[in-house]
Amino acid sequence: MKAYINGTASLSPQNSLDYNEFLKGIVEYEDDFLKSIKPNFKDYIKPIEARRMSKTVKNGIICSEIAMLEAEINMPDAIIVGTGLGILSDTEKFLEKMLNDNEQYLTPTSFIQSTHNTVAAQIALRIKCHNYNFTYVNRGFSFETALQDGMMHLNEGKKNVLIGGADEMSEHYFHIVRKNGRWKKIAIKNTELLNYKTEGAICGEGVNFFVLSSEKKKNTYAELKSLKTFYKPKNDKEINKKLLSFLENNNINITDIDLVITGQSGDKKGDAIYDNILNNNFIEKPVAYFKHLTGDYQTSSSFAFWLGANILKSQKVPDFIMQNNKKVKKVKNILIYNHYFNINNSFMLLSVI
Amino acid sequence: MSKKIYITGIGALTAIGNNVSENFISLKEKKSGIGKITQLDTIHKDEIPVAEVKLTDDELLKELDLKKEGAYTRISLLGIKAAKEAIKDAKISDINEYRTGIISATTGAGMVASEKYYHDFLNTDFANDFIKTHEAADHTEKIADYLGITEFMTTISTACSSSANAMMLGARLIKNGILDRVIVGGADAHSKFTLNGFNTLMILDRKPCKPFDNDRKGLNLGEGAAYLVLESEELVKKEGKTPHAILSGYANANDAYHQTASSPEGYGGSLAMQQALDNSNLKIEDIDYINVHGTGTANNDLSEGRAMITIFGNNIPKFSSTKAYTGHTLAAAGSVEAIYSILSLQNKMIFPTLRFETPMEEFNLIPETDLIENIDIKHIMSNSFGFGGNGTVIILSKS
Amino acid sequence: MEDLTLKLKQQIIEALNLEDMEPDEIETNEPLFGDGLGLDSIDALELIVLLEKNYGIKIENPKDGQKIFHSVKSMAEYITANQK
Repeated sequence: MKAYINGTASLSPQNSLDYNEFLKGIVEYEDDFLKSIKPNFKDYIKPIEARRMSKTVKNGIICSEIAMLEAEINMPDAIIVGTGLGILSDTEKFLEKMLNDNEQYLTPTSFIQSTHNTVAAQIALRIKCHNYNFTYVNRGFSFETALQDGMMHLNEGKKNVLIGGADEMSEHYFHIVRKNGRWKKIAIKNTELLNYKTEGAICGEGVNFFVLSSEKKKNTYAELKSLKTFYKPKNDKEINKKLLSFLENNNINITDIDLVITGQSGDKKGDAIYDNILNNNFIEKPVAYFKHLTGDYQTSSSFAFWLGANILKSQKVPDFIMQNNKKVKKVKNILIYNHYFNINNSFMLLSVI
Repeated sequence: MSKKIYITGIGALTAIGNNVSENFISLKEKKSGIGKITQLDTIHKDEIPVAEVKLTDDELLKELDLKKEGAYTRISLLGIKAAKEAIKDAKISDINEYRTGIISATTGAGMVASEKYYHDFLNTDFANDFIKTHEAADHTEKIADYLGITEFMTTISTACSSSANAMMLGARLIKNGILDRVIVGGADAHSKFTLNGFNTLMILDRKPCKPFDNDRKGLNLGEGAAYLVLESEELVKKEGKTPHAILSGYANANDAYHQTASSPEGYGGSLAMQQALDNSNLKIEDIDYINVHGTGTANNDLSEGRAMITIFGNNIPKFSSTKAYTGHTLAAAGSVEAIYSILSLQNKMIFPTLRFETPMEEFNLIPETDLIENIDIKHIMSNSFGFGGNGTVIILSKS
Repeated sequence: MEDLTLKLKQQIIEALNLEDMEPDEIETNEPLFGDGLGLDSIDALELIVLLEKNYGIKIENPKDGQKIFHSVKSMAEYITANQK
């Protein structure tokens, strides 16, 4: 059963709400971590409705509405969200109040909003969707499992599934994790990400939603051909083997890949892995990257997915995502390769329709 | 596509037993695990009863031969112990002989450690190893690493329906030809965060809970972990195993009514029940017993009761809530209660709803209050309804 | 009483996270729950804590909240009558 991408929407540190705006140029940052650009919430959500929605929930609602509108559906057969960290802001709010006031004068709102499945639940509540509703919370597999579940639904006879990747970062959590070595020790320019061969990734956040459908429409972006995840590979040799196996299982040669999008995050150790795989297999190919646009977060592959889908539909590839000078001709097949600190690895194959 | 999904291994750890056998004995002997808080340092210590697993983290570390330096949160330890039991019960010697995955579920994740070390995380280096254990995936990875699973993993968090959803996903992965067998389940442990969170919603009973009782005052939080091994029909035949039961049906539906409360008429619950029946090709008269969600809150039991009446009309099967024994184990509830349902099927027993006295005035639903033995049960329905309107129903059948 | 109703409206906006809403958008006599402002049972729990934290008034039974929290006016009257 084929899986067509019939709707997309992204709220990120770039102007991704509109692909044509996005193409105009990279939004530059030199911050600790990249924060999503705030849309005008009032355009979409009334204040009384927004009262129980964190920023990420609001972004999820907006993105899901846009994606569904594009896909021309009112009611998806399933709502499936991937989030690595859930709603950090509300978790911290409740936790800090609890610790600072010694468990007194606590109120339920931030507790309720901190539950991991709140994004998927709020979307369902808003459109009164009684269908399947799942939330995956497995670090760098969260979005991938959501996609895989969506593809299974189409295989089982469902027509349209709404899939999202959503993660937010808070000041507090950022500093804790930076101390632990995951993020860069100082703020860097996102445009110079690949020049820093140091420990730590550039950090970010974002919300990206899609409608996957069993039927092509005039708005269809692309086809999601295949997806493969693998956990803690022992070495680059194993990754290489898995890559070749992935291509073979999809009856596709390296020569058929027109663009590779990889998840370099600025982290020296992690990026060396991408470089090895690219040098072994794609030395002649145009290669793009995306984490200088959004920062790294556990569902950041959802932004790469958004990027790939939009490139295939528009055939417009901005210069500012390219890692090398190889010319991009007609883009028929895109391979996305991403890993989250080499714990969670994924390959995604997107093709033109 | 594999038609039948078999359950070949089970493992559980709750307030009423440290393994499946001990749980079974307590169920038969009507021994509840609800009591005073002993393992949490909270101002509510003497006020709010909970159902604690009667093993400390140190005892678990010792039993599993794990080092403290490995930064094992309580849910990792509970999860490893229960998953290990399930794998052994399924007689699996080489975990990677077939395409094997793990799906675990949690609501609290690493919060037990995170709330303890919250200030240390930023200000000292004392608890650095627990920074990454805050994330839900951590415990799943720890279980996977312990068991040697690499093929597939994911973690689900959909409040109280989480591990029932893990079972559903596991079955679908096998039916879609992606995996041959999956370890599915969930784990949750007591934290001040969860205790206070539920307390602000004013749904915690100050005494041991009374599910489906007219005078019920709320739920008791419980902790625990439970895992099941699901295998494809082909694999079971090939290995010549005797399965525990069949996972014959499942469904997930959303109430879409309110963030925490269920709709008064139990719409989402009734949808999930009907869809699970359809999925299993069974009719209402085929269901011999329902292990209800039955938390003991004013809202759930009323809503669930109405949903049962919508589906079953005047012919509601025997039903009971085992949360009167274990408390509400949150993410683990679905898998704990699936295992209890399997014990019912295999031993021809129905476990009672402890402390039930007065039927709810809204309808005439009376749960089983005595242990019933020597009863022929073919199909059991198990309900799990959570925050965010997330409702999952699974159906287990005699194999 | 007018000062109290204005203060209450500001506190309600803050406690319930009604971002971008102004006090004059909340009618003093308008029902807070159901039709009217549209609050629900979770908001009621927030208002119970608001009363305790800001005015020292404890409501033991959430069901009493229905009358007390009917409108900003009824809240103000209850506070005036019961504040410690």
